[in-house]
Amino acid sequence: MKRFTWFNATSLTLGFAFLYLPMIILVIYSFNASKLVTVWAGFSTKWYGELMRNDQMLDAAWVTIKVAVASSTLATILGTMAAYVMVRGGRFMGRTLFSGMIFAPLVMPEVITGLSLFLLFKPIFTQMGAHTIILAHATFAMCYVSVVVSSRLVSFDKSLEEAALDLGCTPFESFRLVTLPIIAPAVISGWLLAFTLSLDDLVIANFTTGPGATTLPMKIWSAVRLGVNPQINALSTLMIGVVTIGVIIASISTKRAALRQKADEQAAAG
Amino acid sequence: MMRRLFLISVPYLWLLALFLIPFVIVLKIALSDTALSIPPYTPQIDLSAGWEGLRTFFAALDMENFVWLTEDDLYWKAYVSSLKIATISTLLALLVGYPIAYGMAQAPQEWRATLMMLIILPFWTSFLIRVYAWMGILSQEGLLNQLLMGLGLISDPLIILNTNTAVYIGIVYTYLPFMILPIYSALEKLDASLLEAAEDLGCSRFKAFWLVTIPLSKGGIIAGSFLVFIPAIGEFVIPSLLGGSSTLMIGKVLWEEFFSNRDWPVAAAVAVVLLLILIIPIILFQRNEQKQREAE
Repeated sequence: MKRFTWFNATSLTLGFAFLYLPMIILVIYSFNASKLVTVWAGFSTKWYGELMRNDQMLDAAWVTIKVAVASSTLATILGTMAAYVMVRGGRFMGRTLFSGMIFAPLVMPEVITGLSLFLLFKPIFTQMGAHTIILAHATFAMCYVSVVVSSRLVSFDKSLEEAALDLGCTPFESFRLVTLPIIAPAVISGWLLAFTLSLDDLVIANFTTGPGATTLPMKIWSAVRLGVNPQINALSTLMIGVVTIGVIIASISTKRAALRQKADEQAAAG
Repeated sequence: MMRRLFLISVPYLWLLALFLIPFVIVLKIALSDTALSIPPYTPQIDLSAGWEGLRTFFAALDMENFVWLTEDDLYWKAYVSSLKIATISTLLALLVGYPIAYGMAQAPQEWRATLMMLIILPFWTSFLIRVYAWMGILSQEGLLNQLLMGLGLISDPLIILNTNTAVYIGIVYTYLPFMILPIYSALEKLDASLLEAAEDLGCSRFKAFWLVTIPLSKGGIIAGSFLVFIPAIGEFVIPSLLGGSSTLMIGKVLWEEFFSNRDWPVAAAVAVVLLLILIIPIILFQRNEQKQREAE
């Protein structure tokens, strides 16, 4: 039975304090009555009220969510296809180039991705905006999705697919009825990852946007460049809250799924 | 067969069109000249002139922008300074991250999943917000200065925000999970009996750590360091929010060249050089990953 030693407990406490204190402070000061974020002047929710009345901010939030839903859905479809090709596709011409193109966006500085996509889009589209951001986000997020999905595809038993084919399924049916349900958790986490990447992105969106399409990160960035702003603290608190709730729900549901699977396996064995 | 072709060609063509071709365009524009026109560079490809048009197009490309990058101090200083900031931040992240990863690997089994989740959780919250959180802490009237002055440790506020120190803190903070996770997975696999053997053979605990634990977690240390170093070099958000006017980083230079100076050819040339600098650490990182896989 392992126990925490004094040294390990200290390093973990300090480490997690470093990771979480800044965010906790951010949340606390969103309830500060004073406009000076560093001086505590009593509890207040007025910045949340101001945030709700800030139409520009709400518009930006709406644009961001639309872009994130569209781009992450596209990224999930493309990324799953790419993962399937990488793991099950066998040999084909230009496979090395293909795997390189899937790996490279993961380590590419955002400023380069943003600039290169801008230079591509500029002559093609008469106007840039939400649609060009969607294309840009789908492109870099599909690589993340394909990494997540292919790790799942690698680990699962190929003979299940072959059995379905032997039993008369078409390849598409075998994918839909056997492969997809098995890789579904990875596809869903890939979608969620693509969604958060899109929600979060400032640099690529700023390069590929046009008039009328301001996303939330752009709005936040231009607000905080001038200094600390209590409305942004309120917004951050809401975003941190949503993420925390989402992660808790996700971890509970995976735990439940694992328990259910264990029960199923025991039932099958007994 | 048709289906397989479809499955391969859709993601393939997508990446060719939206990843590879844009790079060719960047290279082409880096070799073009800045011009007061729309778009703001020459030459343009004139396809109507056929071969002759292509020939004049290629003849007009030159290395002028790259020569310019070597002539103006700003650019090479920015490259050097980005490398310096990324190196220092990586070392700091290693110093901060290793004890955390070690503590996690030594923690009781039933705690590990929770600790792991707590390390990953910040990944899901906005990067921008995590950087912003430090602005209120590090500013001159910020909480850190209030705390230190309240404790009587300093009499005048420290100037941290808008300096390179703030940039180091920002990079360490936001990229720390990238450092912790590979080290943790290396340490978790470590066989505890090796340490016992070292101690039985007369090593002190510290010596056993130095001679056994550190070498066996080398793969994780290298992977984690590259995962911090590579994105830190091209970082834009952190130097723009936490750094000052004297903080030179190449991502910021590229951004300003593009958005403030509207000089597309120079911005493209900066991007090409940045990419060339990144190729070496990326190849080394991949080689390390491959070695890890083969060792398993």
